Amino acid sequence: MVLSDQDYRLIAEIQGGLPLTSHPYAEIGRRIGLDEKSVIERIDAMQSSGVIKRLGIVVRHHELGYTANAMVVWDVPDHRIDEVGEKLGALDCITLCYQRPRRLPDWPYNLFCMIHGQEREKVLAYIDKLVNSEGLDDIPHKVLFSGRRFKQRGARYQ
Amino acid sequence: MATPAIIIEQALKETPQPHRTREKITLNDLEKRLLNEYQKGLPLTPTPFADIAAKLGTSEALVLKIIDRLQALGVISRVGPVFKPKRVGASTLAAMAIPEEKLEKVAGMISAYAEVNHNYEREDNYNLWFVVTAPNQQRLDAVLEEMEQQTGYKILYLPLEKQFHIDLGFPLWC
Repeated sequence: MVLSDQDYRLIAEIQGGLPLTSHPYAEIGRRIGLDEKSVIERIDAMQSSGVIKRLGIVVRHHELGYTANAMVVWDVPDHRIDEVGEKLGALDCITLCYQRPRRLPDWPYNLFCMIHGQEREKVLAYIDKLVNSEGLDDIPHKVLFSGRRFKQRGARYQ
Repeated sequence: MATPAIIIEQALKETPQPHRTREKITLNDLEKRLLNEYQKGLPLTPTPFADIAAKLGTSEALVLKIIDRLQALGVISRVGPVFKPKRVGASTLAAMAIPEEKLEKVAGMISAYAEVNHNYEREDNYNLWFVVTAPNQQRLDAVLEEMEQQTGYKILYLPLEKQFHIDLGFPLWC
């Protein structure tokens, strides 16, 4: 999708959040000289084309006590990577699931998942459960819980 | 008789002043439903908050009040879009194994790079994990090399090869 200057003005206007009013799209439109219908259509188009991944309430799970953030890394045989990746990626509580290269001999793991939970024990129990339910007993894995956050800056769209 | 707009304004005024809290925040059932069901799919209708309220069986004023309160508490960062990371440019996940007593210092060096947007400690031999983003692959390689030279530690270079799931938020029963 090719974005117009008008789209970039729209993005600049909404990326910090919609106004919390009865008619937020009309309000955005007033600020950039578009009518409500066009604002809605452009946002819809950006969503369909994937420029916007999602539109909704952006929750800071950390503030709700979701502090047990685990990166689970798996050493998946190459011929099973798609099968296992798709299985794990489809689970509700797994927020990211990526294939990355192995770096032998230091790093044999090629599949990375992110799991968030409120308590470490629950996250570990969830992982145990999914290892059983998804038939992953024979795939070596390791759980890396997060510690200090040294830097976190949301990517801004320009 | 107050008009709906004035009611909303008053509702918003009653919310606490912005502050960050360390205490665990407990949500009621309505708040949980709101957060579980609307991390994506905000209605693209003239009155999205009224439409959400109708679905949840409550009023627009209360939906807006809840959002405003949770925003003030830092639970909600915004109601708006999450953009797909830009395809142009190059980025990677990277990791380093740093002796514990040097971790803070090295982490500071890494965070100082404008090309770094996330930098975390993780419990592992590889205890420093960060994301590096650059306008092109050449610049990315140069930044990684500079980091290795500056810190004296080797970087595990782990670029994305395939994505099986993108972050669409997650429900609060996790």
